[in-house]
Amino acid sequence: MLSSTGHPFIFLLPVLAIAAFWLMAKFEKKEAGLPRRSFFERNGTPVAIYLIVAVAFWAIFMIVLPQLFMVEMSFRPKLPPIEMGGPKDLYTFENYHYFLYGSTTSNAAINWLHLKAFSLTIFASVCAALFNFALSYPLAFYMAQVAKPARVRFLLLLLIAPYWVNEILRAFAFRIIFSSSGLINKTIMAAGLVDQPIDFIGNDIALYTGLGYAYMLMMIFSLYNAIETLDHAQIEAARDLGAPWWHIHAFIVIPFAKPGIASGCTLVFMLSAGSLAAPLVLGGPRSLWFTPILYDRFFQAFNWPQGAAYAFILLLTCVSFVLLVLRLGRLNLGEIAK
Amino acid sequence: MSSRSVLNVMLAFYMAVFFGFLFGPLIIMGVSAFNTSTYPQVYPIEGFTLSWFDKLLSDRDMVYGMKNSLWIGMWVVLLSVPLGLAGAMMMNQVYHKARSFYYVIVVSPVLTPGIIIGISTVVFWRDLTTTTGSKFLYDGVFLTVLGQSSFISAYSMLMFMSRLNRFDRAQEEAGLDLGATQTQVFFHILLPFLRPAIFSSAVLAFLSSFENYNTTTFAILADKTLTTVLAGRVRQGTTPAISALAVLIIAVTVTGAIIYELVKRHEDRKRQERLDAAHKAERMELQSIENATLHA
Repeated sequence: MLSSTGHPFIFLLPVLAIAAFWLMAKFEKKEAGLPRRSFFERNGTPVAIYLIVAVAFWAIFMIVLPQLFMVEMSFRPKLPPIEMGGPKDLYTFENYHYFLYGSTTSNAAINWLHLKAFSLTIFASVCAALFNFALSYPLAFYMAQVAKPARVRFLLLLLIAPYWVNEILRAFAFRIIFSSSGLINKTIMAAGLVDQPIDFIGNDIALYTGLGYAYMLMMIFSLYNAIETLDHAQIEAARDLGAPWWHIHAFIVIPFAKPGIASGCTLVFMLSAGSLAAPLVLGGPRSLWFTPILYDRFFQAFNWPQGAAYAFILLLTCVSFVLLVLRLGRLNLGEIAK
Repeated sequence: MSSRSVLNVMLAFYMAVFFGFLFGPLIIMGVSAFNTSTYPQVYPIEGFTLSWFDKLLSDRDMVYGMKNSLWIGMWVVLLSVPLGLAGAMMMNQVYHKARSFYYVIVVSPVLTPGIIIGISTVVFWRDLTTTTGSKFLYDGVFLTVLGQSSFISAYSMLMFMSRLNRFDRAQEEAGLDLGATQTQVFFHILLPFLRPAIFSSAVLAFLSSFENYNTTTFAILADKTLTTVLAGRVRQGTTPAISALAVLIIAVTVTGAIIYELVKRHEDRKRQERLDAAHKAERMELQSIENATLHA
């Protein structure tokens, strides 16, 4: 096994990447054959320096290196600080092995608890994306193609307003509604429908409702931006040619708005799968969700390498989801990340 | 005609359901902030009180967290607006075959769960500050600013990109032809053109930072912000003081939204006036040329 002293190597990667970029730029200039203005001439020296420093710092120290360090850590064993870098500090798959087969609470051969929570998280997040799409599409279409500009402006303000209240408070609002002495239970008990309060939090109804609510804005905006650029004349033409209303949506609006639909679904999926506030506030004692487990790796088990491995698993899942959506919709990333 | 009115009724019903779902929970929470009952509830109303606001403002951790959040928000604005601008200006200048690679890297924070950004920021800076012996940089506020800015910069980059797409290169050429240096063009032509985008991305950056929880809860380490204090309070139990906080935040942001809207309208009006003046001048000039040719 390799000893885990990979840090110098990780630091070297971005340097190599930048060197490659620089060489490509040189090469391009030679190939073009024309006297092109250099980067410094084009921007002026002070601005050019600002651009290079800012982008390099952002891309390398804030985006790439942190991710690489996290991935590297996920392949290391959990050791007391004194033994780090020592002979026991070897790269290992034990953290990933634990996700699949380990358990501290039962003797089962497979880590059912974590795997179940993981698959449930993925499934529920996909459902949240679909639910948000179904609920938001009519409003997005109405705003983008039917309503007058003044009304659209007003509706946009109305839509944004709730999302200025932070995630925890939004989840808290659902807790007030769903808890055993909350609004719904009081109402149905007063109406004599039940005589015991229903445990909405224990059986996860509150959690799923809260998640369905939490990221609707992302869906609305993605859909609205996409449908807005559709020329209304196309819809008129289809209508004049006798297309029924559902044909117009299925064969004109939805194919046209595909990038917006893809970006909305990706964002909602990613935000739901990675959400921490809703499960913490609305989850019951037996709720299964992946992020609280991940959180506990750090703050209860104090096993950072294992937490890093779990985080990397979540990241890979989100990346796969994005790639899947891109492949299904035959899109490229530039079209959905707007 | 009747199918039209059926459609209208359906639309109204759908709108009612939609906005009911959107605002219902917030209204219920808002009302519970003024009810005397110790459990946040809307019904029955036991009496009107403002004591929950008092309780909230005498909560030391909450006030400390609030101050910290404002402080972090300010730094995030100061960091992520310039980074976003640089990222957007770089986009057209990167070697074209490497452009999609560059794009994937700088957009990836938008598509990465916030919790992962927080974790990776802490892991990286813990190692870096230990190995370089600069342990004083391993500080909750510093890490939170960096972690939040990594994706907030990407938001503002996307806003700058859409504004830069509408930039008329001829303006830059005109400036250069008249003898300005590239640096002067940047400060006197490009930045004024980008002003609306700078304003909107600053507002967005501050709000995203202020309400962020997923990244902050890891990056803040042992320190506190409003959202982390709030999460702790909510887990301990439900009290109407939390509803009172929501009411305060809604009040502040609605005021902010109204101010934002007014400023935007004012700018739009000023722009329209300038455009009108320019058109008028152009018309008069055309007129005079026409007159001159007629007389000739």
